[in-house]
Amino acid sequence: MNTDNRGIPSVQDPPNSPGQHVSNLAAILKSGRFAVAAELSPPKGVNLDSIARDAATVRDYADAVNVTDNQAASVRMASIPVAALLLTHGVEPVMQMTCRDRNRLAMQADLLGASALGIRNLLCLSGDHGIWGDHPEAKNVYDVDSIHLVRMARNLTEHGVMDNGRPISPAPQLFIGAAANPFAPPFDYRPARLGKKVAAGARFVQTQLIYNVERFKTYMARVRDLGLHEVVYILAGVGPVKSVGAARFMAEKVAGMEVPAEIVDRMAKTPKAAQPEEGIRICVEIIEQVREIPGVAGIHIMAVHWAEAVPEIVTRARLYPRPPRILTSSPLFEALEEINHPLTP
Amino acid sequence: MSLRRAIQDRPHALEKMWQFAEWALHRLNPLFARVGYERSARIILPAEDLGKKLVFNCQLCGQCILHYTGMTCPMTCPKNLRNGPCGGVRLNGHCEVKPEMRCVWVDAYERSRNMSIWGQEILTEQPPVNWQLKDSSSWINMLTGVDRRTREVEPEAKT
Repeated sequence: MNTDNRGIPSVQDPPNSPGQHVSNLAAILKSGRFAVAAELSPPKGVNLDSIARDAATVRDYADAVNVTDNQAASVRMASIPVAALLLTHGVEPVMQMTCRDRNRLAMQADLLGASALGIRNLLCLSGDHGIWGDHPEAKNVYDVDSIHLVRMARNLTEHGVMDNGRPISPAPQLFIGAAANPFAPPFDYRPARLGKKVAAGARFVQTQLIYNVERFKTYMARVRDLGLHEVVYILAGVGPVKSVGAARFMAEKVAGMEVPAEIVDRMAKTPKAAQPEEGIRICVEIIEQVREIPGVAGIHIMAVHWAEAVPEIVTRARLYPRPPRILTSSPLFEALEEINHPLTP
Repeated sequence: MSLRRAIQDRPHALEKMWQFAEWALHRLNPLFARVGYERSARIILPAEDLGKKLVFNCQLCGQCILHYTGMTCPMTCPKNLRNGPCGGVRLNGHCEVKPEMRCVWVDAYERSRNMSIWGQEILTEQPPVNWQLKDSSSWINMLTGVDRRTREVEPEAKT
């Protein structure tokens, strides 16, 4: 990759390595169409019904669906089995992986397993610190940071080498992504940090939930100055707030989130029964605004425990129907088909 | 500690001292080589530990990149991040994990803007920690080169 001496990649770099598309999400982004990603949380417990239900709800309305990895530092079913299960429902997963719970051995082992199961999209995250989770006494690993996780995944996929430099064969196939938060200090440093992630190998980026569109516009202007929008696909993070309580909680309690007072006020003025509808309306308005920003390649809808909101939002934002899907083959899917497993769609 | 902050808020003076220390260590290198690096480390390590602990709250990772991170120790970040802040920094610039503490990276970035020698290094990718070097002297490790991978951006990222 061509980089200048600050590690920022040059704009000549193609966002994807040549060859076939790794995933449906990669194909849609590369074709220049506006992509839609959704998000599901794995269950607390071993019941798979909620995943099947949510998968069926969002399947036709999103090109890929993120699967969270012990979100909010609380134990849930692991992201790999849930992502693999989504494949059997005809939904393309984006597997999230945090640096909080794994060292570099476990990360690489899981990446190999995920790729072998047919999971093709990876989102690399630092992860919420365990102190705010449901096991605050646990050791936080942070053996490597999210940027090095990106680089390890890239070295495995593009070069077929492990972090120790030794070869691995055959190499996994992954479309590698990272997160960006334009809404947390130090604001001036954030675009450069995105540049580091791109230099390390991130091909797509999903942002923190956007409620302050003006701040996001400023961030994107700087990203364009650095030429980063030419080398990485940026999916703007959006999400509906269900109630004024949820809006207040995000505004006051969630570190790294910015919910302007106007949005909280707007929710507060709405009668309780109409608040979910108002939340969806705000979300659609934000989508319409971020779509106009040059360099935004798609959206990532985070409707936490509210999958039913996704079809509504996608339809109202005039992003339905989605382009035809290119589902990559999955050995797991084929094996299930062979034994005619009831999970097969 | 406010005295520590007052010292750390002079990043340009600190990077000048760093530059001098690097020069001096390289000048003394033949001596260390003759005495043996292991024996030299027995003298260097306590001095390095004391000095860096007082000024930077050094965690003795053994592969110092202070001058690349605004003369602010990245290992004091609760997530040990060496490439910039996580997404959890509060709007007041404080840490997600320790709300009473300023984010290490908010400080680091501000200070790097006032550094003329290594200020731009905060924009380059830093490789992960080699945990085998924990609790050893980063000065000796610099001279022997065992910390090379963690001090220099991997060639692939540079070419």
